[in-house]
Amino acid sequence: MTHVNPEDFSCPLPIMEYETIQLAHGSGGRLSAELVSRFFLPRFGNETLDRLEDQAVVDFPQGRLALTTDSFVVDPLFFPGGDIGDLAINGTVNDVCMSGATPLYLAVAFIIEEGLPMTTLHRVLLSMERAAKTAGVQIVTGDTKVVNRGCCDKLFITTTGVGRVPDKLNVSAANLKIGDRVILSGTIADHGMAILTSREGLSFESRVKSDTASLNGLVEQMLHVSSAIHAMRDPTRGGLATTLNEFAAASRVGIMLEETAIPVRPEVRGACEVLGIEPMYVANEGKLVAVVPQEVADRMVAVMRSHHLGREARVIGEVVADNPGLVAMRTVLGAHRIIDMPVGEQLPRIC
Amino acid sequence: MKYVDEYRDPALAGALLEEIRQTVTRPWVVMEICGGHTHAIMKNGIDQLLPGQVELVHGPGCPVCVTPVETLDRAVAIAARPEVIFTSFGDMLRVPGSVSSLFMAKSAGADVRMVYSPLEAVAMARQNPEREVVFLAVGFETTAPGNAMALLQAKREGLTNFSLLASHVLAPPAIRALLASPFNRVQGYLAPGHVCTVMGWREYEPLAEEFRVPIVVTGFEPIDILAGLLRVLRQLEAGSHVVENQYGRSVSREGNRAAQRVVDEVFAVSDRPWRGIGVLPASGLVIRDELAAYDAERKFAVESISVRESALCKSGSVLQGLIKPDSCPAFGRECTPEHPLGATMVSGEGACAAYYKYHRNCPAAPHQLCHRPAHVQ
Repeated sequence: MTHVNPEDFSCPLPIMEYETIQLAHGSGGRLSAELVSRFFLPRFGNETLDRLEDQAVVDFPQGRLALTTDSFVVDPLFFPGGDIGDLAINGTVNDVCMSGATPLYLAVAFIIEEGLPMTTLHRVLLSMERAAKTAGVQIVTGDTKVVNRGCCDKLFITTTGVGRVPDKLNVSAANLKIGDRVILSGTIADHGMAILTSREGLSFESRVKSDTASLNGLVEQMLHVSSAIHAMRDPTRGGLATTLNEFAAASRVGIMLEETAIPVRPEVRGACEVLGIEPMYVANEGKLVAVVPQEVADRMVAVMRSHHLGREARVIGEVVADNPGLVAMRTVLGAHRIIDMPVGEQLPRIC
Repeated sequence: MKYVDEYRDPALAGALLEEIRQTVTRPWVVMEICGGHTHAIMKNGIDQLLPGQVELVHGPGCPVCVTPVETLDRAVAIAARPEVIFTSFGDMLRVPGSVSSLFMAKSAGADVRMVYSPLEAVAMARQNPEREVVFLAVGFETTAPGNAMALLQAKREGLTNFSLLASHVLAPPAIRALLASPFNRVQGYLAPGHVCTVMGWREYEPLAEEFRVPIVVTGFEPIDILAGLLRVLRQLEAGSHVVENQYGRSVSREGNRAAQRVVDEVFAVSDRPWRGIGVLPASGLVIRDELAAYDAERKFAVESISVRESALCKSGSVLQGLIKPDSCPAFGRECTPEHPLGATMVSGEGACAAYYKYHRNCPAAPHQLCHRPAHVQ
């Protein structure tokens, strides 16, 4: 399917000697310099990056620092709803801001397979540029390596992010208290199913789109309601089930969910049913789950719903004293079942 | 979602449960044959909602679980050959053989690939003429037509580098073996809806008659299972023993004739060992002699395999409905989904995996989550 993005027209592919990445583009020599000056700087350029020093030297507000790093190896590079570029930005921005921190700077490292078309790299960079702009973060340093054909698969990206944590804020998986409410920002399983259904060999038509998005704007609004968010995470690999199990284990409490409260898009549910996959275990890339004191839960949900990334926010369960360390669910029929940690790799290379 | 939500309707489920409560006057033991049923029961907590007099016993209907260790060992040996691309559904990859699983073989360098359809494997054979593509064809009557079609497709295209490592099993001989066992406690059966979609239910009529048990062909959604169970219990209370079809939207008495013809063209019925149970007569399908070129077992001579099973694992008794998974001393201790001792703990349809996943004992607070009816030992 040819997908024409009007924004691509404003940034034409820079004219280069080669149509594909050569080993020499990673040599540190002339071709490397050309790649940086023609491809990277026009997309990410800012005062710090433009200096092209070996490190970024930046101003940093006083206080505590949140630091995270994440590698992206998603296959395919482009999938419905996103690509490896915006995923690499959003994923790291989200990991920073789940601590309540304001993401400030990113470092980006590319490992590129020899022979990657320049057009592919350009498309990824454009999407990274857009995602960074949307999230309001600067890419201040980076690195590029080119490896022999066959030594990596097309393109891997590692992003490292730093942010500032507001004073007195303490968001942690170990902070859950009995009676707290569990809030989910929207539908689950969109990203994982978008990847799965766009993989080769799974030839059914699907409208499933990835939910990749940076959540720092939503988090900022949530912190206006209350700084008493006990725990917050974006349920990526392993899905909502894994994140909640991590919460329950770290805080030594039980979590009781309502099956009927957890939203899944009909097309995602359909794909899950056909493939025999449980949405609770499927990755998300633009959703968060927050655990908050009961008394702020309603206000929190209301504020989240006023943000476009939290329109379907709702309370999906509560923290209970029973069965510490276990997540359980009241089923549609009113019985109970355990929501366990997944075993084994459900689906490799989804992010 | 259409055709799904109406079969998960809580109000309808409540009404069926009420009818079950009013129907039952004494204890009954009912077996669901199919692993798909077992998981639906556990996932929805249906066993917790039934009156205490109704005991559900889980049957051997998990094809992954009953696949003999020899077959897994043979699969690992074939997968290790450098020319082979070994393909399988995801379920089989983690099942332990004597010393290794297909996943372990993969990490040791074998080219093992997970597919969603045997036709993907045929496509791989087409695209990789210099390699040998083998598909591990396991399953009950349900998956046999698809696997048979894949073989015929490869034959039509003249592909000589595609073969099946076939390990198909048949449901009725297993039910017969269970009913004929001196230890049998089961008084009624939920018959497997998807097997019957292919095969129809005629084969079950002599079983119902000979052993005087009610058998109800049942679908896989909560409402299906409750409705199927209600029909079995009504028959038990009335002393009747016929085959009924709850899964009318999918199953007919004759089944899918076209699918049966394809299966018959490719496979012949033979005796077969069931993991944990033993050899059952006329209970499996093997590739016909004239199609031997597509039979991986004959194509790749594998040296004699010596099989080792865990001495702790009681999956055989679990598969026969003699014990519940959590009555096995290794359950949740030596044997977990991360370190399975037997296939019933690995497979998505295995009873031990279902117990572990949805209902495993929680020592700290043994209340509703750990609910077990009092009469279950």
